[in-house]
Amino acid sequence: MLDAVWLIPALPLLGFAILVLGNRRIGEPWAGWLATLMIAGSFVAGAVTFAGLVERPEEERQHVYRVFTWVAAGGLDVDLGFLVDPLSMTMVLFVTGVGTLIHLYSIGYMHGDPGFHRFFAYLNLFAFSMLMLVLGDNLLVTFLGWEGVGACSYLLISFWFTSEANASAGKKAFVTNRIGDVGFMLAMFLSFVTLGTLSYVNGDGTGILENAAALSVAAATGIALLAFVGACGKSAQLPLFVWLPDAMAGPTPVSALIHAATMVTSGVYLLTRLSPVLLQAEDWVPTLIAVVGAATALFAATVAVAQRDIKKVLAYSTVSQLGYMFLAVGSGAYVAAVFHMITHAFFKALLFLGAGSVIHGLHEEQDMRRMGALKRFMPITAATFIVGWLAIAGVPPFAGFWSKDEILLYAYAKHPVLWAVGLVTALLTAFYMSRQVFMVFFGEPRWGGAVDGEHALHEDAPGESEAPSAEVAAAQAADHDGSAGAADHAGHGGVTPHESPWTMFVPLLVLAGLAVVGGGLNLPFEGTHFLADWLHPVVEATEAEIDVSDGTKVALAGVAVVAALLGIAAAALVYLRHRIDARRVEPDVLLQAWHYDQAISAFVGGPGRAGAEAAATADRTGIDGAVNGVATLVRNGGDRLRVVQTGLVRSYALSIAAGAVGLLAYFVVRTGI
Amino acid sequence: MTSTAAVLAQQGDLLVKPEVEWVAITPLLVLVGGSLLLLTLSALTTRRPRRGTYALFTVLTCAGAIIASVALWDRVQDPARGEFTALVGALTIDGFTVFFSVLIALSIALAALVADDYLRREDLEGPELYALMLLSGAGGIVMAMANDLIVVFLGLEILSIALYVMAGMHLRRVESQESAIKYFVLGAFSSAFLLYGIALVYGATGSTNLSEIAAFLSQNVLESEGLLLAGFALLLVGLGFKVAAVPFHVWTPDVYQGAPSPVTAFMASASKAAAFAALLRVFFSAFSNHASDWRPIIWVLAVLTMVVGAVLAVVQRDVKRMLAYSSINHAGFSLVAVHANTERGVAGALFYLLAYAFMVLGSFAVVTLVGRRGDAAHDVDDYRGLARERPVLALAFTVFLLSQAGVPLTAGFFAKFYVIGAAAEAESYALAVIAMVTAVISAFLYLRIIVTMYFAGDEAEGDAATGRHRVAIPFGAGVSLAAAVAFTLLIGILPGLVADFARDAVPVLLSAAP
Amino acid sequence: MDVDATWYLVLSALLFTIGGAGVLVRRNPLVMFMCVELMLNAVNISFVTFARMLNDTGGQVVVFFVLVVAAAEVVVGLGIIVAILRRQPGADADDISLLRG
Repeated sequence: MLDAVWLIPALPLLGFAILVLGNRRIGEPWAGWLATLMIAGSFVAGAVTFAGLVERPEEERQHVYRVFTWVAAGGLDVDLGFLVDPLSMTMVLFVTGVGTLIHLYSIGYMHGDPGFHRFFAYLNLFAFSMLMLVLGDNLLVTFLGWEGVGACSYLLISFWFTSEANASAGKKAFVTNRIGDVGFMLAMFLSFVTLGTLSYVNGDGTGILENAAALSVAAATGIALLAFVGACGKSAQLPLFVWLPDAMAGPTPVSALIHAATMVTSGVYLLTRLSPVLLQAEDWVPTLIAVVGAATALFAATVAVAQRDIKKVLAYSTVSQLGYMFLAVGSGAYVAAVFHMITHAFFKALLFLGAGSVIHGLHEEQDMRRMGALKRFMPITAATFIVGWLAIAGVPPFAGFWSKDEILLYAYAKHPVLWAVGLVTALLTAFYMSRQVFMVFFGEPRWGGAVDGEHALHEDAPGESEAPSAEVAAAQAADHDGSAGAADHAGHGGVTPHESPWTMFVPLLVLAGLAVVGGGLNLPFEGTHFLADWLHPVVEATEAEIDVSDGTKVALAGVAVVAALLGIAAAALVYLRHRIDARRVEPDVLLQAWHYDQAISAFVGGPGRAGAEAAATADRTGIDGAVNGVATLVRNGGDRLRVVQTGLVRSYALSIAAGAVGLLAYFVVRTGI
Repeated sequence: MTSTAAVLAQQGDLLVKPEVEWVAITPLLVLVGGSLLLLTLSALTTRRPRRGTYALFTVLTCAGAIIASVALWDRVQDPARGEFTALVGALTIDGFTVFFSVLIALSIALAALVADDYLRREDLEGPELYALMLLSGAGGIVMAMANDLIVVFLGLEILSIALYVMAGMHLRRVESQESAIKYFVLGAFSSAFLLYGIALVYGATGSTNLSEIAAFLSQNVLESEGLLLAGFALLLVGLGFKVAAVPFHVWTPDVYQGAPSPVTAFMASASKAAAFAALLRVFFSAFSNHASDWRPIIWVLAVLTMVVGAVLAVVQRDVKRMLAYSSINHAGFSLVAVHANTERGVAGALFYLLAYAFMVLGSFAVVTLVGRRGDAAHDVDDYRGLARERPVLALAFTVFLLSQAGVPLTAGFFAKFYVIGAAAEAESYALAVIAMVTAVISAFLYLRIIVTMYFAGDEAEGDAATGRHRVAIPFGAGVSLAAAVAFTLLIGILPGLVADFARDAVPVLLSAAP
Repeated sequence: MDVDATWYLVLSALLFTIGGAGVLVRRNPLVMFMCVELMLNAVNISFVTFARMLNDTGGQVVVFFVLVVAAAEVVVGLGIIVAILRRQPGADADDISLLRG
């Protein structure tokens, strides 16, 4: 049964091929149904393989399926093969499961889009790449998937490529990801040089995982650090997170699938996969990972507090939750990392799809200041969104509580400071999610034609001086125009919000169900550590041993619940009862993400700022933020260098002659004449 | 002053006609013969031939050369017969020769297909460009099969002299003529360095034959290496000029930009490959026991080449010039492979050159088409909205650019993969890291073009306002593009095909005395 | 009178340098080209000298190849120079700098 594994990536690939060849001939809605069917088939194949794996005794739950020898050139033999083990199958099931629901949802969401068939072709291609990533039995196949998901992400963010902001955001994502990819590639080469193989498991004890103990500490540290750089790029950790919030320019199902549930978690997967190497590395490497994770979690949570775009809140929230997962990995809590990855996929996909439903219902409105009281008009969306909210806020017994609690426990065992940061993040998470729910579904409706951005702001911020806030509103509106793609605000003035079609709310209901019971995968009680038992063969040697008494565990959980409730209560005070001026808790610096983008630009641009300005004016299509900072550096260098290229033959001849003299001089010095 | 006469008199009775292995040089003969035949026939016929005749003839000639090469491949790969030298040891016929013969013949064929419509569009129709391309390619093959420094020089000159003329082919574009004179003056200048280098190596070792040089260097320890090392330096200047290594790259952007676009395509693929062939033949085969002397220089050249190529490409607005700088960056990558000085490194360089030939030919084919009549519309803005106007063309260009950026499932990925792998194996980690960083920088540039293409151009300044013609995709160029896309993707998905070819084509050095 | 062969090499190097410097300082394309020819012929002196020192005819044969190549270069080079001068009469090397950057 395990050999059915090849069907898992093959089906989405087939779907992609059919959709590309069929092009416009497969129109709406058949393209969507075909794509959904393929990924659902992939889920079934995954379930069959899973069942086959379960049947085996625990120590034999590892199977390599080789398709063909892919690269064979002098000592470097790489197979295109799949590794079936508890970790990869867990990933496959949640990727295809959540993927199927999101495909289904997209049929309704993308209704009427001229690029309908193209969208589903990309989605299937993404699913294929993601499955290659998690199933690959060696680093090269994983890298193929790794780059593939990056490229699909780029394609899907830029899907509505008529919008300049989308294309720019896609570019930003691509370039930032490539920085991470450099890390991955170098990790790959280093492991090849030191271990002579790229395979995880060779069967004869020479695979990377089997043979990690043979690595020197320095080599293991190198590989682990480089892989971590790669993971930071893909999973949007500090300092490479800049692309993820911008990536929200793409269609909402894309945000749900790629930028919340699956692709962004592949960094966590990679580190979990390579956990034996991490174990072999210097002790400070896991600590570094934990610190970066905790810092990212806290940073992104503070930024999320002040966002006004419904998707931006969720985007920063995703960055923050990914930080949690890295905190878990760094603390040696691999099971908890995977656990949180799964529950997060459930509730964050749910929240994104719910947000998509809201955006859909309000005709492409994304600014939360122009929402409100939607629970009356969109009851199903509201109810499911509230479930997602409670799950992410960490309210028991919803899924998020259990996984978050587990991470906090391990973080506490690693170092209490890490735990404290995690706890503050949990409080903030509860706060900003409650803020979102109250602004969108409760309070007064602010989406009528008579209410424009400025009025909405006044409702939010009574008593605030008018001039600056109006300015901010205008700036925000402009920003929004750029990122939303559909800029026609006047168009929906008189429209009443409506509930979405069944293809959209069925996935919401299923995901809501999962968000409620998902915690059952791994409950902290006697005999209910299902996920931990299942993953045991994979992380047996690497999972941290913690020594915390039961009383402490209960106390920690209690504190976490109190923090969550505090966050919700605070948000209720501000946004439901308007006891506290909202503007005071949403400082502009947070809205601008601590001026992170600008800071990097300014820092890198440095002395050559004037040149940077000129270059920026010359090329408005350039990307902003951190990428722009690097670009500025390159541009300045280039501008200086190109002066040498005078166009004069004689100066060229001089360059050649000087080069010749240089080479001669080198040899003269070398031979010591 | 009796020396020359005496020597000649002495040798008079010894002078035997050298045995010529005609079979060994069939690919070369096919190209040269085809070129001469083309010129003769077109001079004899008074009636204008049907459109596309010359290009078709050129493609068939190249096909003949490829068939002849494949026949040789079977012979040299046969363990019983193996590699051999021809023409009294002046030429080596091995897998390496065959590899480059195929690469160059393919490049000519694809470039000729693009040139067909280009020449008609620019009112330059005639057989000359094709004849020169075939001759120039023949020179490239001579460089690849050379087993003697003088043969390297001759091949280089055959390649270059034809190229000088081709660069200046466009009579009405002043840029074209400017590029021709720049290329010519600098080319002649640098080949003087190369020649001096040959003279010094000859003085130091007593021979210009690569096998004899290698044998001499392995058997003798030179009292003073000054002459030999100076020879290395000057050889590197000459060959570095041809491969466009910084600081000998200065001509590249100007010439690539000014030359007619199909000629640029040929230059970037065939001519660069031939130059690397000579570089590998000379330094990897003949001078490898002095590797510790020349490897540090290659290291510096590779770093400079990659960095300058990538950084200067980013600030360009002219797409042709951008691609010229990016070709410098690619040359740097190939130098990384040369630096490794291992079989894997050489195989990586060969793989890189073949993969790169397809993507760069395809890229310049697109540039040729978008350049429109006058061959002048090369600004980035001229690509605005190409995806809407010509989705297939834009998609093809996207494939080439992604491949140049090194994205998986394209040829460029494995090209970079093998090169970096070879560098890592040779423990040049710093070089590997620098190479990766420049790859990231240049990814930015390729994306800029892609993004520009996929912007729907502003309707107001659209076609009607500027009087811009819709980009035409003629048949020949279409075939060429389709072939380039197919190869780029095929190599990207199944790299084994080319990797095996490249591995079996690592040059061998045959013993000196036959 | 016997002259040490090394002096021929020195002469060759000197002529090569003069030729190279000429390319760098002269502006007339024709003169620049003549300087390149000077460089090539300087190398020829080296070849002949080495051939004589090594008592090997190979180096002398090379000279003939070089002469042929130089002749071919002259043909093409003059053609290109004439073409550009016809278009821009009186142009010197520094006027040809449309392509740059």
